[in-house]
Order: sequence, then structure tokens, then C-alpha cells
Amino acid sequence: MKQFVRVFVLAACAALAAPVLAQTPRHGGELVFPVPSEPPSYDGHREETFGLIHPIAPFYNTLLRVDPFDKSGTKPAPSLAESWTVSKDGKTYTFKLRRGVKFHDGSEMTSKDVKASYDKIIFPPAGVGSTRKGQYADVEKVEAPDSATVVFRLKEPSGSFIASLLSPYNFIYKADILAKDPHWYEKNIMGTGPFIFVEHVKGSHVVGKRNPNYWDKGKPYLDGFRAIFTNSSSAEVAAIRGERAHIQFRGFSPKDRDNLKAALGDKITVQESPWDCILLGAINHEKKPFDDKRVRRALTLALDRHTGSKALSQIAIVKEVAGVQVPGTPFATPPAELNKLAGYWTDAAKSRAEARRLLKEAGVPEGFSFTFKNRGIPMPYEPLGVWMIDQWRQVGLNVKQEVIEAAAYFGVIRKGDFEVAMDFQCGYIVEPDLDMYKFLSVDRNPANYGRYKDPVLDALYDKQSRTTDVAARKKIVREFEKRVLDEEAHYLMTLQWHRIIPHSSKVHGWTVTPSHYLNNTLDTVWLSQ
Amino acid sequence: MASYILKRLLAMVPTLLGVAVLIFVLLRVVPGDVVEARYLAQGSQFQSQDLMNQERAKLGLDQPLWKQFTTWMTGIARLDFGLSMWTGSPITEEIKLRFALSLQLAIMASLLAQLLAIPLGILAAVKQDTWVDYAVRVFSIAGLATPSFWLGILMILFMLIVFKWVPPMVFTPFWVDPWQNLAQLIWPALAVGYRYSAVGTRMMRSAMLEVLREDYIRTARAKGLWLKLILTRHALKNAILPVLTIMSLEFAFLLGGLVVTEQVFNLNGLGMLFVQAIAHRDYTLTQALVMLVATFFLFVNFFVDIAYAWIDPRIRYR
Repeated sequence: MKQFVRVFVLAACAALAAPVLAQTPRHGGELVFPVPSEPPSYDGHREETFGLIHPIAPFYNTLLRVDPFDKSGTKPAPSLAESWTVSKDGKTYTFKLRRGVKFHDGSEMTSKDVKASYDKIIFPPAGVGSTRKGQYADVEKVEAPDSATVVFRLKEPSGSFIASLLSPYNFIYKADILAKDPHWYEKNIMGTGPFIFVEHVKGSHVVGKRNPNYWDKGKPYLDGFRAIFTNSSSAEVAAIRGERAHIQFRGFSPKDRDNLKAALGDKITVQESPWDCILLGAINHEKKPFDDKRVRRALTLALDRHTGSKALSQIAIVKEVAGVQVPGTPFATPPAELNKLAGYWTDAAKSRAEARRLLKEAGVPEGFSFTFKNRGIPMPYEPLGVWMIDQWRQVGLNVKQEVIEAAAYFGVIRKGDFEVAMDFQCGYIVEPDLDMYKFLSVDRNPANYGRYKDPVLDALYDKQSRTTDVAARKKIVREFEKRVLDEEAHYLMTLQWHRIIPHSSKVHGWTVTPSHYLNNTLDTVWLSQ
Repeated sequence: MASYILKRLLAMVPTLLGVAVLIFVLLRVVPGDVVEARYLAQGSQFQSQDLMNQERAKLGLDQPLWKQFTTWMTGIARLDFGLSMWTGSPITEEIKLRFALSLQLAIMASLLAQLLAIPLGILAAVKQDTWVDYAVRVFSIAGLATPSFWLGILMILFMLIVFKWVPPMVFTPFWVDPWQNLAQLIWPALAVGYRYSAVGTRMMRSAMLEVLREDYIRTARAKGLWLKLILTRHALKNAILPVLTIMSLEFAFLLGGLVVTEQVFNLNGLGMLFVQAIAHRDYTLTQALVMLVATFFLFVNFFVDIAYAWIDPRIRYR
């Protein structure tokens, strides 16, 4: 009996330990991933494309990062700063830096480097481009009182300042190099990240090797990575299917996912998430009859988003019915509340009847024609465009689609030469300040292609931005959402993009988030074989 | 001959100048520029008009068109093609990287095409209206009707489904690892070479049929010369001329025109660079690529004309 108990206990222990052992990160291996875009330069402070983040982020650290295991992609985690405090008035943020962090050239990273990097982003010298300068308009100055402390002084309290420091683009550069040449990082790579730059063959690939002196001891797990630039999704799918690559971090279509799963079975693991990208209907308020909010409301009421979601998610990279925040994230409106907004009602017939009533009331005749401008990109612009036109036809509107070549598109839209057009927004983190900035009056944001001015909306934006209490801020965000999507129907949301990442089951330690700009430092990623 | 060569070389200058004016104007007629492609296309929340203006000034896009053109022309005269507006790297560096792959692919596809086209075309002509001729005609018409990129997709799917293998995604120069190099390039060379050979086979067949009906061939046959000798020594020399022209132009086209095939096989060649340059509204790079391809076409034509004289001594240039 004793023998039996001993064997039973040992077997039970082994069974319990097995999953733990199976999940123990393994060192070694080269992660290979295709990247469907190539960065014009290496300077994260200047560029906006994920084509920079995927191959270049592993060479750098940022001050803070998004917790790599947080599926909502919103939880701040330490990186080069190991802790931080906020003053009572909410205007001073003090960060304590990790000690012993070394740049790849062997020099020590100090607060001087953090200050120089953020000064370049927020207060760029003449001739130096910083695309995110506007995001830090509240920052008065950055100070480095000692080698391990960085202080950000704000003009006003901010509900989103920590989130803005989670930007994966805000690489920490070496101050001495920036002092000599602020453009140096456009053509060179030298950071504190888990991987050291080996080579970039233009149009082909970027290679990184493990940083043996990485400050987070034991990491990274990989010996290196190889980011291969690709030109077509078919080549990327073939690479995953032929096991030439492990993962593609941007996303695949539902059909690609199904094909890969059918071909590779257990060799493929699929991670999915709502995606912090959305196509919006920009309604030009300067063109009649779209200056009438009844017409704009009718346009959004005509869209049966709930049925559209079910059908379109089978063929396109869209799925979730969403307001101004990505579903499942801290500030997102719960579905029951969202469904009260115009265009989100679950009764499509009622919604369309209301749309027809509003059009009639506004004097828009049955069969009224207008042109909808769409961008010449197949996925998901094409299926969404076709769907919207069909929905509008069902309330008696006759819509002609004009497709404009992708590179020329925003130039045309920016000039206001359209009635209704497809607009697009993508963010690196789900945060009201970032996601709602788009909807501010055109004199505050030239990227508001609806070309309207709404001081009430602007005031709501500013109010939520200054509110540091989360519950209070949520309430204001809801008010903002109701005004922009329902009461004024300034813009109309289509469906939230849906991110599908089918990857080799050998890949571990990577979690999908709503942003394809996040989780690319690769320090936590490991390969099981 | 020397004066002819000189004349032809000098005639290239106005042709290239015409191409330069045309591409310069056409690029600027199309809406959008590199700055918009860089800062508006990503859907980011914060867009700064000041930053865009600053970037335009840095790239010289705020200058009058005539000034932009003369700056470009002065650079070309000094063999300085300038910097890519998208990457900021020297254009020669951008092109050099892709040229090796495109040239090797063009050579491989041409060799393959000629190895197929010339013997098959001769065979079909000699065996006119027999099953051999019909088989060659079916083979060549199928080649003409099948787009290279589609054949490429079929090849990849076949290899993927049957052998669970796809060609390497990264170019390795032949002298570094011949096996890796061929493993990547042989498939696009086959896909492109097949269509290319189909054109050559059709041309070779019809040219050979025409020559075989000439009096001097009949005389040679009447003399009792071997068919092999008649074909190689008398018929081929005359029949090859139109084939040479068409194959040479196809070769020039292969250098910059394999856009979709490069996409299918994920090749980092000049075709893809071309597409990216246009999509990014990278004026300087697009202009340089157009000039390169135009120059290449002019030189290929020039060498074909010289080759005509070498192959056919009756042709004399003044």
C-alpha cells in the first residue's frame, strides 16, 4: 500500500509539473517573421509605420512599455524606468531609472539619454522631424535632476500621460550621439534593447542577434531574429505554411487563418483580438445636404452593424461593433449602452425606418445620389465599401463609389473634394486622448476630414483629457461618443478591425494585443524547438 | 560602321532627354507626393502641417518645377542620381542591391527561353504539320496564354502541397551559396522563361518556315547537302534575326518588368523597387529607374542592330 501511495504521489507530482516544465522558456533559436512593409528610416521618433516597429523595436527600449502579457494592450509596465510617482496636482511625473543598463556600444544609459530622447520628440530642433510632437503638447519640460531620475513637468494634469509614454516608437537614444547629430539615428541603430543589430539588406531583411549584456538577466531567450520584408500576403501565408517563417505580427485574413489551420493543424496556434484600427465614414459637412445632421444620422442609422459584423467577419479583417474605443479595453462602452446609439440598434428595420424618416424630413428625395470615395486598397476597404453602399441603398440612397489610388487618397480627401469618404485610424494603444483626437474641430486637427467645428465636442475632449479619475473620465468619454456618433453624427464608425495571428506553435511568450505596433521587443518570446 | 555607331550613340541623347521630360511631368501630374505617402497614409492621430511643409522643403519639393528639373538634369550630367526621397539613401545604392537579382533572373530566364525556343521552333518548322509541329504549337500557345505570375502561383502551391516546401525568401548571391541561390531563382526563371520561350518558339518557327521556302535553300537541298548543315549554316543565320530582336527586347523588359512575378516569389528585384517607388511617390527613385530601363532598352536595341550586321554580312550600316 505504501509503495502504491508513493507511486501515486510521484505520478501526481509529475503530472502537475509537466505543464510547468512545458512552459519553461527555452533559450536559443532564430525567430523568422515576414514584415509586409519596410521602414524608410530607422528613427522611431520620425516614422509612423509598423514596418519600423517590427524589425527595429527589438534593438531598443522605451521608458515604459505595455505589459507584454496584457491582452488589452493598455497596462503600463516598467522598462527602462523601474518605478514612477505622480505629484498630487497631477502635473509632475517622476521616473526612477534602472541602473546598470548599457547601450550596445558598452556605455551606460542614464537620465541624460532619456531627457535627450524626449527632448527630441517633444521639442525637436529645427530641421528634425517628430511626428508625435503634438501628442506631448502638455509637456512643459523634461528634467534630469540626477543620473537615475527623469522628471516630466506638465502644463495641465493629464489622464493619458502615462499611456503616451507607452508609445513603442519612443526609443531611448544616446544623448551624446544626438548632441553631435540629431539625424544619426535615421541611418544607424544603437540602443539598449534585447537584440543587437547585425544587418539590414534593403528590400530583403533585417537581422538581430541576442544582446548578451541585456539588463533583464536571462532574456532574451532567442539567439536572434530575422525580419524578412515581403510584398504580398500570399508570400507570407506560403512562408508560414512552408515553415520558412514562424509568425507575421500584423495580421492575416480569416480565409488565410482557415487555410493555415486546415493545412497545419496543431502546428499552428491562432491568437485573435479586436484591432485598434477602424475605417470611418468621413461626412463632409461643407457639402449639402451633409451639413444637415438629420442626413448624417440617416447615414449611420442605415448601417446594420450587427448583421454586417457576422457576414463581413467571414471574409474581411473586421468584426467587432465598436464606438470610439476598442471593445474589451478599459474605456470601451459596454455593448448594452453602445446599442442605444444611432446606428447601433439591434432592430435594423426600426433603424432604417428612422433613417428614411430623417431623410424625408431633411428634404432629401428618394433615390438621392452621391459619390462615396474609397481608397484603392483591397482589404478591408473594398468589402466594407461595398457593404456600406448596399446599406445606404436600402434607405433609398443611390451611391456611386469612386476608388482612388492608395498613395493619392489622403491628399485628395484632405483637400475636401468629396461628399462622403472612407477614412482610417490606427493607434499604438487604445486610449481616449489618442482615439478621440481625430474628431476634434478641423481648426484643431486638420485630419478631421469631416471638416466641421464643434466647440462642445472640443470642450468634452479637453475635459476628459484633464480628468485623472478613471470613472469620471469614462463618463465624459461616453458623452463625447454620444455627441460625435449619435447626436451630431459627425463621423460614422464601420466595424472594428479584427487582428488574426496564426503562428507556428513553436512560438511562445508572445501575446496578441489590439495594436500591431505593440509587443515587438521580442525579449519574452521563445521557441520550443 | 564607326560613324554609324557614333550616330546611334548620339541619337540616344535626345531620346533619353524626351524620356526624362515625360517621366518628370507625369509623376507630378499624379496626385500625392512622398510627404503625404509618409505622414498621411498610416492613419495616425497627430498630423502636423508644419512637419509636412518642413519635409517638403528638405526634399526640394517647394521649389519651382523648372528648378527641380534642372537640378535633376545637372545631377545626371555628373552621374549623380541623388538620394531616394523615401529612404534618403543614394539611388545608386538602392538600385545596385536589386540589380544583381534582376540581372541573374533575366539571364536565367533568357537562357532557358532560348534553349527551348530555338530548337523547338526549328523542329516545328522542319516537321511542319506533323504531330511534332502540333505538339510544339500547343506548348507555345499555352505558354503565351499563361501569365507568368499565375504559373508561379501554381508552382508554389504545388511545391507547398506536395513537398511541403517553398523557395527561400531571401536572396543569396550565387557565389555565396549556389544551391540556395538556385533554390530561390530557378522557379521564377522557369515561370518567366516558359512564356518568354513561347514567344521565341512562335517567332523561330515562322521565320524558319519562311527561310526554308527560299530558293537558296532549295538549291542547297538539290545539291544534296545534309539537312543539318542546311539548317545550321544557311537557314538559321537568316531566320534568327527577327528572333534575336524579339528575345533581346524581352530580355530588356525582364530587368524591370517582372513586378507581379517578383511579388509572387517575394523577390527583391528592380520590378518591386519600381512599384514601391511609385507607391511612395519617390520621384527621384522612379525617375532614375525609368532612365535606367530606357537606357537599357536603347543599348539592347543598339547591340541588336550591330549583331544583325555581324550575323548577316549583307547588312551594312552607313
